[in-house]
Amino acid sequence: MKAKIEFTLNGKNVSVELEESKKLLWVLRTHFNLTGTKYGCGEGYCGACTVLINNSATRSCATTIGEVAGKNVITIEGLAQGEKLHPVQQAFADHDALQCGYCTPGMIMNAVGLLNDQPNPSREDIILGMEDNLCRCGAHNRILDAIEAAANEMQNGK
Amino acid sequence: MDKAKNIQDYIEGHTPSNTIKRRNFIQLLGGGIYVFFHAGAALKLMAADGDQRQLPDDFNAFLRIHENGKVSCYTGKIEMGQGANTGLAMMLADELDVAYENVEMVMGDTDLCPWDMGTFGSLTTRMFGPSMLAAAAEARQVLLELAAEKLGTEVDKLEVTEGVVFNRQNKGEAVTYAQLTNGQRIERVAKKDATVKDYSKYKIMGKLKFRADSMEKVTGKAKYSGDMRLPGMLYARLLRPPSHGAKLISVNTSEAEKIDGVQIVKDGDLVAALHEDPEMAEKARGLFRAKFEKADKPVNNDNIFDYLKERAPEGNVNINEGDLSKGEELATSVFNTEFHDGYVAHSPMEPHTAMAYFDGDKMTVWAGTQTPFPAQSNIARILGMEAEKVRVKPPYLGGGFGGKSAHGQAVEAGKLAKLTGKPIMVDWTREEEFFYDNFRPAAVLKVNSGIDDAGKITFWDYHVYYAGDRGSETLYDVPHQKRTVYGRGWRAPGIHPFDTGAWRGPGNSTNTFARETQVDIMAAKAGIDPVEFRLKNLKDQRAIDVLEAVAEMADWKPGKSPSGRGFGVAIGSDAGTYVAHIAKVDVNKETGEVKVLKVWVAQEMGFCVNPQGATIQMEGCINMGLGYSLKEVIEFEGGKVKTKNFDTYEIPRFSWIPEIETKILQRNTPPQGGGEPAIVCMGAVIGNAIYDQTGARLLEMAMTPDKVLQALKNV
Repeated sequence: MKAKIEFTLNGKNVSVELEESKKLLWVLRTHFNLTGTKYGCGEGYCGACTVLINNSATRSCATTIGEVAGKNVITIEGLAQGEKLHPVQQAFADHDALQCGYCTPGMIMNAVGLLNDQPNPSREDIILGMEDNLCRCGAHNRILDAIEAAANEMQNGK
Repeated sequence: MDKAKNIQDYIEGHTPSNTIKRRNFIQLLGGGIYVFFHAGAALKLMAADGDQRQLPDDFNAFLRIHENGKVSCYTGKIEMGQGANTGLAMMLADELDVAYENVEMVMGDTDLCPWDMGTFGSLTTRMFGPSMLAAAAEARQVLLELAAEKLGTEVDKLEVTEGVVFNRQNKGEAVTYAQLTNGQRIERVAKKDATVKDYSKYKIMGKLKFRADSMEKVTGKAKYSGDMRLPGMLYARLLRPPSHGAKLISVNTSEAEKIDGVQIVKDGDLVAALHEDPEMAEKARGLFRAKFEKADKPVNNDNIFDYLKERAPEGNVNINEGDLSKGEELATSVFNTEFHDGYVAHSPMEPHTAMAYFDGDKMTVWAGTQTPFPAQSNIARILGMEAEKVRVKPPYLGGGFGGKSAHGQAVEAGKLAKLTGKPIMVDWTREEEFFYDNFRPAAVLKVNSGIDDAGKITFWDYHVYYAGDRGSETLYDVPHQKRTVYGRGWRAPGIHPFDTGAWRGPGNSTNTFARETQVDIMAAKAGIDPVEFRLKNLKDQRAIDVLEAVAEMADWKPGKSPSGRGFGVAIGSDAGTYVAHIAKVDVNKETGEVKVLKVWVAQEMGFCVNPQGATIQMEGCINMGLGYSLKEVIEFEGGKVKTKNFDTYEIPRFSWIPEIETKILQRNTPPQGGGEPAIVCMGAVIGNAIYDQTGARLLEMAMTPDKVLQALKNV
């Protein structure tokens, strides 16, 4: 059964008519052509598909489109303010915290969610918060450094 | 056919002609100065081995100085996260004296670039790099000659800075590369003996350079194969066998056909559900009712090593120096050890993905692959097309590690595109990725060696089964030694229950685990500090240099092992580069869990082009190497791959990550490989550190908690 589902996507009100059971990941990638959100495992283990739902980092492969009705969804494409990168994006670039880049959008979205919850995290908090986002290239040390730097930047910027 | 016309608009730069002739590239691209070059005889030999087509014999890459002074290099190499696009651009800018920002690498497109065998073996910088430098030197010479003519002076009075040629004595007498190139159409073939700059003269290379593609990758704009879109594109979900070797007997797709908008394709063993919605394609595939006849080999995780030994192919003696029996006579202690290594998956975060479109004449395939040209040949051969009619365009690659030298998904997409005439996306699920991955092979190694009372190794009798010979070099100075390799490379057709293939530093991690553990066993028995024992037995100065460097970095405190402190050491050599590692671990004796606290690594790779890129590769090797050393195990029963996702296949996570300290020993000798060397020591250095803390010796990878507990019982 198709249903009309309205939600906010990267700051804009959108409306789709789809089966409520469709996975948010595939709706983003096919219906909205927002391909920055990646498929990695399809079962919530790897974090490549992480987006923000009401500012909380969420696995879009394990979320149905029905569940986001009335909510605020932000993907990697909606994170920068115009030309200005989000501090976490900027920190990833500044720290060379990526290689193949496939896990990067999910890493960044998860980190933003983490900093929304814990604006002043310890290194241990960051490790714990990023634990279920997988990277095969081994960029982990730099990703942790980038998130620490972004947290400092965001604190000092306030 | 309006739709087809639309689609053609998406496929820019289409060349209908034979792509291997020089003239065609120039016709396609237009004016400027072209220098064609070839990246070494070794590449050509390997190419001839793998490709039946007539290959260009005088070039496999070229430079173009555009009429606006910008510089492009067209090469069949690809970027997969290793930073080749950054490092190669640095080299080119430096040799040509242009700004780094004005250099562009055009990589991997089989229509725009000349044939190349693929991107693997840490070959890009060390084999392709020097040829590219020679071509750049040739281009620079052409430009200087043109400048001398224009300025009415002689070449040796001229200098270049950032694309501006000027008279050394009168800097006002100047002309830019753009002015010199404008209206030109000059074609050269690089001379093999072109004089390149002395390493000390380079200004861009040797300095830190951050990666070129960060902005695209942090904003989600970078396009990977699965991000390609064409009007009318259909997602494909293919019928898969339950196990390798199973034969399809019958399939009933009638339930799947009832799904609205689905298209079912059946062509022999190829059975696929196509749908514009990937979830609906998946649902349709779930409704296939198929009967298979299984043909599983009698092998599983429990009997794999006996199974492999029973089927050992004949050995080839790679080296036989001195006289083993004499060496045995000289030994006062003899050590006979058998090592095992299990199957390991590549597990890139991006599964194999390709989109293909056939317009009735030409096939275009956007494929995540390390081997665009072999993919082109294979697709053409399987579909009965001419290679020139198949174009492979590699978008960004979401990790390769050797696993994307295989390109089965591109062949599947090509077949379906030809059968349907529609754009087809084949994006493997994670389960398919595990099923079709060509794993690092399980292997057996037997090492018999001995030392005398002075702690000198007197003989070394080394046997490696199934891993291949890469990294099997003895490294140490041993008077009597023999090395026998059973099975060619990392493939052993008909033996393993599934495909095996090249995994980052193929064979070397397995060989280095055996060698460096055996050396550690001997050092412990001799009661000599493991660093000192190695130095005592080394004559290879490059190995000595990295070992001494890493010992200094880690402030190594000599002592015989096991010291209870949990420090291990290992050395290795791969892709022309030398590495030495020290690791500090903490073993939980209750659970068998091993935490690697810190890893120090010293690397000597000749002249290091991009220290930033090389350092990141070293860090990546260390982190990735934790997985095969400690946790990664493919569970299987015959040809059935029981490992399906990351819940059971444990790749390194943030909580595993050690502190890392790296050092590159910069040398003014030709650049060597950097993508793989630092991974090869990881098993041995961790195993040796476990021994140093606990006295438990691990002889099989992965060193999972249950194996650690077992080894602790034997102490």
